[in-house]
Amino acid sequence: MSTRLSKGGRLIDRAHAIEISFNGKRLRGYRGDTLSAALLANDQMLVGRSFKYHRPRGIVASGAEEPNALVNLGAGARAEPNQRTTTTEAFDGLVAASQNHWPSLDYDIGAVNNLAARFLPAGFYYKTFIHPRPAWKHLFEPIIRRSAGLGKAPAEPDADRYEQVYAHCDLLVAGGGIAGLQAALIAGAAGARVMLLEQTAHWGGRAPVDGDVIDGKPAEEWITATLDALGKMENVTLKTRCMVAGVYDHGYVLAEERVADHTPGDGRPRKRLWRIRATRVLSATGALERPLAFAGNDIPGVMLASAVRDYVGNWAVSPGDRTVVVTNNDDAYRTAIALKEAGLEVPVIVDARAQANGALPQKARAMGIRVEAGRAIVKVKGGKRVTGVALGLMAGEGAVLEEIACDAVAMSGGWSPVVHLWSHCGGKLTWDRARAMFRPDAARPPLTQDGSALVIAAGAANGALTGAEALADAAEAGVAAVKSLDLKAKTTPIGKAEAVEEAMIEPVWMMPQGAKASLRMKMWLDFQNDVKVSDVQLAAREGYQSVEHTKRYTTLGMATDQGKLSNINGLAILADALNEDIPAVGTTTFRPPYTPVTIGALVGEARGEIFQPLRRTPMQGWHEAQGAYLEPVGLWRRPYCYPRAGETHEQAVNREILNTRANVGLLDASTLGKIIVRGPDAGRFLDMLYTNVMSSLPVGKCRYGLMCNEQGFLSDDGVVVRLAEDTWLCHTTSGGADRIHGWMEDWLQCEWWDWKVYTANVTEQYAQIAVAGPKARLVLEKLGGMDVSKETMPFMTFAEGELAGIPARVHRISFSGELSYEIAVPASHGLALWEKLVAAGAEFGVMPYGTEAMHIMRAEKGFIMIGDETDGTVIPQDLGLDWAISKKKADFLGKRGQERTYLASPDRWKLVGFETLDGSVIPDGAYVLDAGTNDYGFRKAQGRVTSTYHSPTLQKGIAMGLLRHGPQRMGEVVEFNTMAGGTVAARVVNPVFLDPNGEKQNG
Amino acid sequence: MLILECPYCGVKAEETELQPGGEAHLKRFGPGSSPEDFEAYMFARKNPKGVHFERWRHAYGCGKWFLAARCTATLEVFGTYPAQSPEPPADLVNKIKAKRPEWKGWK
Ligand SMILES: [Zn+2]
Repeated sequence: MSTRLSKGGRLIDRAHAIEISFNGKRLRGYRGDTLSAALLANDQMLVGRSFKYHRPRGIVASGAEEPNALVNLGAGARAEPNQRTTTTEAFDGLVAASQNHWPSLDYDIGAVNNLAARFLPAGFYYKTFIHPRPAWKHLFEPIIRRSAGLGKAPAEPDADRYEQVYAHCDLLVAGGGIAGLQAALIAGAAGARVMLLEQTAHWGGRAPVDGDVIDGKPAEEWITATLDALGKMENVTLKTRCMVAGVYDHGYVLAEERVADHTPGDGRPRKRLWRIRATRVLSATGALERPLAFAGNDIPGVMLASAVRDYVGNWAVSPGDRTVVVTNNDDAYRTAIALKEAGLEVPVIVDARAQANGALPQKARAMGIRVEAGRAIVKVKGGKRVTGVALGLMAGEGAVLEEIACDAVAMSGGWSPVVHLWSHCGGKLTWDRARAMFRPDAARPPLTQDGSALVIAAGAANGALTGAEALADAAEAGVAAVKSLDLKAKTTPIGKAEAVEEAMIEPVWMMPQGAKASLRMKMWLDFQNDVKVSDVQLAAREGYQSVEHTKRYTTLGMATDQGKLSNINGLAILADALNEDIPAVGTTTFRPPYTPVTIGALVGEARGEIFQPLRRTPMQGWHEAQGAYLEPVGLWRRPYCYPRAGETHEQAVNREILNTRANVGLLDASTLGKIIVRGPDAGRFLDMLYTNVMSSLPVGKCRYGLMCNEQGFLSDDGVVVRLAEDTWLCHTTSGGADRIHGWMEDWLQCEWWDWKVYTANVTEQYAQIAVAGPKARLVLEKLGGMDVSKETMPFMTFAEGELAGIPARVHRISFSGELSYEIAVPASHGLALWEKLVAAGAEFGVMPYGTEAMHIMRAEKGFIMIGDETDGTVIPQDLGLDWAISKKKADFLGKRGQERTYLASPDRWKLVGFETLDGSVIPDGAYVLDAGTNDYGFRKAQGRVTSTYHSPTLQKGIAMGLLRHGPQRMGEVVEFNTMAGGTVAARVVNPVFLDPNGEKQNG
Repeated sequence: MLILECPYCGVKAEETELQPGGEAHLKRFGPGSSPEDFEAYMFARKNPKGVHFERWRHAYGCGKWFLAARCTATLEVFGTYPAQSPEPPADLVNKIKAKRPEWKGWK
């Protein structure tokens, strides 16, 4: 059984006992425990079920690479799925529950998948999706849906808050092991601004557990002294619990700090996302141990040798009473020695190599541990827990020579440098044959903006695995980093670790070497996604040669651990199956984040009210006080309608329209884009921008205009006003102002840079109010100050003056079809004018109206709306707007595009109106049906609806839409499809439903 | 996230401050141009793995458009210069040639 040892544990505080809950069971631990340590201390080896076969799963690792021990952490508004117990710090009151099992962890119904393993081989999903289809739909999908998926998403909104911090540094050192500390010390002493980030809560990495001796003393002392020195440097920032998630272009680095994960609810933000710009990144991220592939290597109790050593050394937890060690290298002997020194039994060390005579094997033998070289584990025995191992010859096919009882297996297949940060931005790797590892290729680093190396790898992350090598390598890397920053390295103490002679590793990707199929089917590579040696071999047989394809076919390395543990094993198996060299097969791509980053941290404070900045018109407060129902329009929240007590939105919209048509309505049109274009060449410029002529517009007049992109498609529309001889005011659509202003600047700066034109986007500088309806003039006359008569201010003109004492520009323009004045006043006067209009209009029945009333009224008049009648593939000619396209101008933006033959086709869909025969409203997005079906078996279409409403004015459904040969088909009845699957008949009519001669708006 | 120095205001601008504008040094073809020329102007874009000239706007800064020469593969930036340049400045071209002898020129 796994248990707590009576003494030791460098990271736990035995004076502070804590209590945690796992699946409702109360367990005792100590402050300083990880959740894994606390679970193992209580003999909770079984922690979850695998994804596909629901096999029992135990803790394998002691760090970020853990594939199995994922739990649901916390409850209610603090629940979070898929948390690794190995990186979760335990605290008093912690609540965790295992995942992916039903009904219970010990008895899991999904484990029948395990019995069906034969039927769930590599590519199972692909194969089943394709054929036979009914089998997928009725048989596999229901079962898999119920049993698949890891944790459950929390049901309540997150109770925690998160924050983001921006930082800059010269050198970002990722990893606070001895290599990171040494490099940071050198860079800090040279005066560089250094950030040293360590993902765990502790400094020093593996050195203390591995028993490194630095400068003649235990590593711990050197670590403390180095930290002291770094702490005194003002230019050095030290952070623990801060995981560097990714290195991006030009030294942008994301790091996630776990601020209050271990102290939930203490008022601090739970996590802090660091957004760092670093001139250089020094990757001292260490190395991860690889498992070995032998039958039954997934049974709970089989762990990484280094993890076993960690649990004993750091937390005084023994994973088993009798631990068999199996290895292909000398390092794993440290585990056997540590176990023996802790008073635990090591029945045998199984070494795949023919000989084991290095310093560590000698020491193990001297301690009385049996060492068997040239041997392999043929299979592990046990179900929910290891009960023993069967041994055989490494060179054999799996004949069992001996069985040994044990309750844990510590395995080591060698080490893989953590090359993620090196690789994120394109750093290349090299296969180190002697050490059987991919490590950073210093000749092909990721580059930064000036073409120099962005990342420098150091220590174990650079392949320098032993303490002595790592410190020497880090010292070199630190000096290189200082140089690359154009600084001078000062004399800095370099730690010297005692070298322990280690014999060469022997690459072993499968044991025994000639294992038969029945064994290979039980050799796990990806523990979380249940990918076995046999699956990768099957993929190779089925023709998969690329490692990226094999990954997707088998799902190797696609689980939440992203293959940290055994991707290298998998590609070595693939290389073997393909008869290729490992470097020829290559690795899959390393992508950020290194370990999953909480979405909350990426969101930061940007949620709820401050999810995004909102734009407010000067009258926004008034609308809200009136209880207006708001709809998002860009970053604005415009009144959709102003419902009265007991009114539905639809009733409110109808009332607003009828009142505007009968009396007078007010619309807050401040969101309308307003761009001033000024200068000697302004007229010439606008003639290029608009399809019609704007240079000829007389001062004091207004003209409707269209803008197209260079392909000729309609992009924006609005009324242009000639303010003065050299000044025009261009109205754009709401939300189009920034885009159109950018468009203008693009042409002025990049194409016609010799033209003398200024532009200014003054959208927010002016409030604009539409006063529309037959009694509009009466309201303005009551306000007084300007002559707004038909004679002085006819349709499509404007005048400047003072209205009720407020400086105003009054335009006679209309988007409703009514007699209409659009009044622009400085933004600071907007609310005052609005309130005066409301007061003055009271006797005339004035009412505010919202965007929906505006939309319906313009549709009743057949006015197009950018985004409704246009979608980026519509030219003005499609909309019957030929009158607004100049025939005289030699050039304007979009003219050449519109000359393309297919745009001149007489078969294009063109704008018409539609009236349903039964008065109903045509569904949004409906198509006009045509005879026959297309190549895909879908019913052909000959047109579509673009705007469709119930018109309260006309008491029936009206619509605008595009129809093939539309204008020539007036009076014809066509059929639209409906969502329900039926059809609705409509007559083709003129799109101007109301006042076709414009008597109202001209009045 | 790229960093590009705005040649107008001198700010080393981060990508979030910038608006991308596609390939630089396009020649506009208007009315009267051949279908081939117009097609090339509208649609035919270079997509090199290597040296590329691009348009960027310092949208959340001074608002100016500028041009940048960078390597699409390594993200090395060779230089930025004003948009009012019919072709890349000679010293920039020389710099790129020195760094990338295999480069075939900007056209
Ligand atoms: Zn700028």
